[in-house]
Amino acid sequence: MLEIKGLGHRYADGHRALTGIDLGVERGELVCLVGPSGCGKSTLLRCVAGLLRPTEGTVTLDGNTVDRVPDGLAVVFQDYTRSLFPWLTVRDNVALVLRRRGLGRRERRAAAEEALAAVGLADAVRKYPWQLSGGMQQRAAIARALAYRPSLLLMDEPFGSVDAQTREDLEDLLLTVRGGEGGMTILLVTHDIDESVYVGDRVVVLTGAPGTVHTELRVDLPAPRDQIATREHPAFVALRAEVGRAVRRP
Amino acid sequence: MTGKEGVAGKEGVASEAGKVGLAGRARAVRGFVGRIWLAVLLLALWEAAARAAGDLYFPPPTEIASTARELWWSGPASRLFLSDKALDDFGPSLTHLLAGWAIAAAVGIAAGVAIGLSRVLFELLDPVLQLGRAIPPPTLIPFFLVVFGLGTEMQVATIVFGAVWPVLLNTVEGVRGVEPLYLDTARAFGFGRATRILRVVLPAAAPRTAAGLRVALGFALILMVIAELMGAGGGIGAHLNDAERGFLPTELWAGIALLGLIGYLLNGVFLLVERRLIGHHRERQD
Amino acid sequence: MVADRARRVLLGGAGVLLVLGVMEAASRTGVVDAASVPPATEILSGAVEMAADGEFGGHLGATVAAWLSGVLLAVVLAVPAGLLLGSVPVLDRAALIVVELLRPIPSVALIPLAILVFVEPGRVERSLVCYACLWPILLNTLYGLREVEPVAKETLRSFGFGPLGVLLRVSLPSAAPLVLTGVRIALAVGLVVAVSAELRAGGESGLGIYLLATQSGGGRPDLMLAGALWAGVLGLLANGLLVAAERRIFRWRAVR
Repeated sequence: MLEIKGLGHRYADGHRALTGIDLGVERGELVCLVGPSGCGKSTLLRCVAGLLRPTEGTVTLDGNTVDRVPDGLAVVFQDYTRSLFPWLTVRDNVALVLRRRGLGRRERRAAAEEALAAVGLADAVRKYPWQLSGGMQQRAAIARALAYRPSLLLMDEPFGSVDAQTREDLEDLLLTVRGGEGGMTILLVTHDIDESVYVGDRVVVLTGAPGTVHTELRVDLPAPRDQIATREHPAFVALRAEVGRAVRRP
Repeated sequence: MTGKEGVAGKEGVASEAGKVGLAGRARAVRGFVGRIWLAVLLLALWEAAARAAGDLYFPPPTEIASTARELWWSGPASRLFLSDKALDDFGPSLTHLLAGWAIAAAVGIAAGVAIGLSRVLFELLDPVLQLGRAIPPPTLIPFFLVVFGLGTEMQVATIVFGAVWPVLLNTVEGVRGVEPLYLDTARAFGFGRATRILRVVLPAAAPRTAAGLRVALGFALILMVIAELMGAGGGIGAHLNDAERGFLPTELWAGIALLGLIGYLLNGVFLLVERRLIGHHRERQD
Repeated sequence: MVADRARRVLLGGAGVLLVLGVMEAASRTGVVDAASVPPATEILSGAVEMAADGEFGGHLGATVAAWLSGVLLAVVLAVPAGLLLGSVPVLDRAALIVVELLRPIPSVALIPLAILVFVEPGRVERSLVCYACLWPILLNTLYGLREVEPVAKETLRSFGFGPLGVLLRVSLPSAAPLVLTGVRIALAVGLVVAVSAELRAGGESGLGIYLLATQSGGGRPDLMLAGALWAGVLGLLANGLLVAAERRIFRWRAVR
C-alpha cells in the first residue's frame, strides 16, 4: 500500500535529515519506527504525510505519488499542546476534522463524543484543552485521529507524555482499533523499544544522521496481545533485545 | 525528547549557519531584498502613476523629495545644509516636542513611583487615572487656548497632557511588579527609602517605564502637530498651514514626509538609547 | 475576592471624590484662577447640563458617528488585507516594512492635505479616522498571523484541509485576540483623530466644533472641560465594551 523508495531529505539550511530510505508497508499493517533522537523519524513521517516534499526519492500510496496530503490520512503529532486548537473545546477539536468526512453537525458531535469516550474522556468533552492534563490532551489528539477513521494513520511519539497505566491502555486501544473494520494501516514513531515490539507487526530501526534503515524485524507474537503475558513471552524478550542492540550499535 | 526535527530544530541550524562566512552574507542580502522590494515597488508605482496622471494633488515622490530638499536642506554646509526655513520650522517644533515630553516624563515617573509603591494610593487613584488617560488630548486644546492663549505654553501643555499617561501608567505597573524579594534584600542590607527607590525600584521598573516613554514620544509628535495646526507662529505645523492656504500640495506632501522622517528618527534614537541603558533586562516587554 | 473588589470600588470612589475636592478647593481659594479653571462642582454641573441639552448631544453624536464609521471601515479593509499579506510569506515580510515606514507619519499631519483634497469636513474627518486606524489593525493582524503555531496549521493540513480552510479555521481564530487588541488601539487613536480633524477642518457639528464655538464665544471653561470629560467617558466606554467582549469571546485564553 505504502511504498517508500530512495527517500532522502535535506533542509533548506543544508541540514541532511534522511538518506536512502526504502520501506514498504502492507495494508492493515502496523509498523513501528524506532531509533535514537535526530535520526530523522519525524522528517520521514512528514514526508509520508505530504507535509514536506522530500528532496530525493519518492513516496507512493496505493500507486499514487504523494505530492500533497493524501486523502484518508490522519496524523497524531508529538507536540500535542500545539496540535490541539486552544480556541475550541475538546469535542469541537474532534468534530472540526470530521467536516472533511461529509458529516452533518449533529453526526460530527456524536462521533466526536464517541471517540472521546473510547479514550476515557467522556467527562471532558466540553472542556478547553488547557483545562486538561498533558496526558488527557494527548488522548484527545489520539481520539481526533481515530474518529476520522483514516485508512493511513501516522503517529509521532503518541504516548510520550502519558503515565504508564494510561500508556498501556492506549496501546491496547490502538490494537483494538486496528483490528476493527476498515483495516487501518498504521505507522508509529516511538523511541520506546518495548512499545514498538508490543504493538508492532514489524519494527524498523532507523539509525545515523542522516538517518537510514538499519534493520527490519518481523514481530511474530501470538494474538491477542496482552500487557503481561505478551511481555513475558520468550519471543518478546528476544526481539526486544535484538531491537535494543540495533538501536544502540549502529 | 526525540524526533525534534520539526520547525524549531531547523531554525536553530539556520541561525547558527547565518553567523558565518560568505553564505551568511549572501543570505543577509537576500533577506534585505526580500523585505524591501515591496516598499521600492510601491514607490516606483506611485512615481509612475503620479507622472502619468499629472494630478496637482498627488505629485510624484521625486518631486516631493526635491521640494523638501529645496525647502529645508539648501543651506550652507557649515550648518549641515539646513536652510533658514529649516531652522525656523524645526527649532520651535522640536523644542516644544522635547520639552513637553521631558516634563511628561518627569511628572509621569515621579507620580508613577509614588502611586506604584502604595497600594492604597493606587486603588484610590486608579479610576481617576483611567479616566484621565481616556480623555482625547485634543479636546483640551480649546480649554488650553483660553487659559494660555495661542503659543508655546498651550502647545507644551497639550503635549504634556497627552504624553504623561503612558509614562505614568507604565511606571505604576512596573513599580507594582517589582519583585518584593528585591526590596526585602535591599532593606536587609540597610538601604534607606530613597536609596531603595533609586537603586532597586527604578531599575526594576525601567523596561516598562521605557516602553511608556516610547509610546509617549509618538503621542508627543502627534500632539505637537495638532497643536501647531491650531495656529502658531512657527514650526512644521505652521509650514503645513501656509502650504494649505497657499494651495501648494507638493509642499504639504514634503511636510508630511518630513514629519514621518522625524517620527522614524525619534523612535530609532530612542530604541538605541534604550538598548544601551537597559540592555541588561533580558525579558521582552510590550 | 469579593472583599477585595469592594475595597477597590470603595477606595476608587473615595479617590474620585478626593480629586474633585482638591480641584474645588484650589479654585475656591484662588490657588488657581477660578475664571479659567472653574471649580469641580461647576464642571460637573456643566456636564450634567450638557447631557440634558440636545444641542451638545447632537455634536457628540456626530463625532461618534464619524469615529465609529471610520473605525469600522478600517476593520473591513485592514483585516482582510492583513490576512492576505500575512498568509503569503513573500508578501508578509515586505508588507511589514511598508507598514513600519508609513506608521511614523502622524496622521493628524494629513489634515491640511485632506482639507485640500476632500474639501467637505465630514469626508476629511471620516477618511482620516479610517487612515489612522488602518495601521494598528493591519500591524496586529500581521503579527497575529506570525504567531500562529506551525504545528496547528500542519495538523489541519494533515486532515486534508486546503489553504483556505487552514486560514479560516486556524490562522484567523488564533490571530483574533491580537486583531481585537489592534481594534482597541484603533478606537483610542480614532477618537483623537476625529476630534483633531473637527478642530482644524471645521464643519457643521461635532465635539471639536462645539468646543471651539464655546471657546470663541467668550469661553466657558466649565463647559469645555465638561466636554472633554464626556469624550473621556466615551473612550472608556468603548474600551470597556471591547475588553468585555474579548473576555467572552476568548475564554479559551484564560489560563494560557
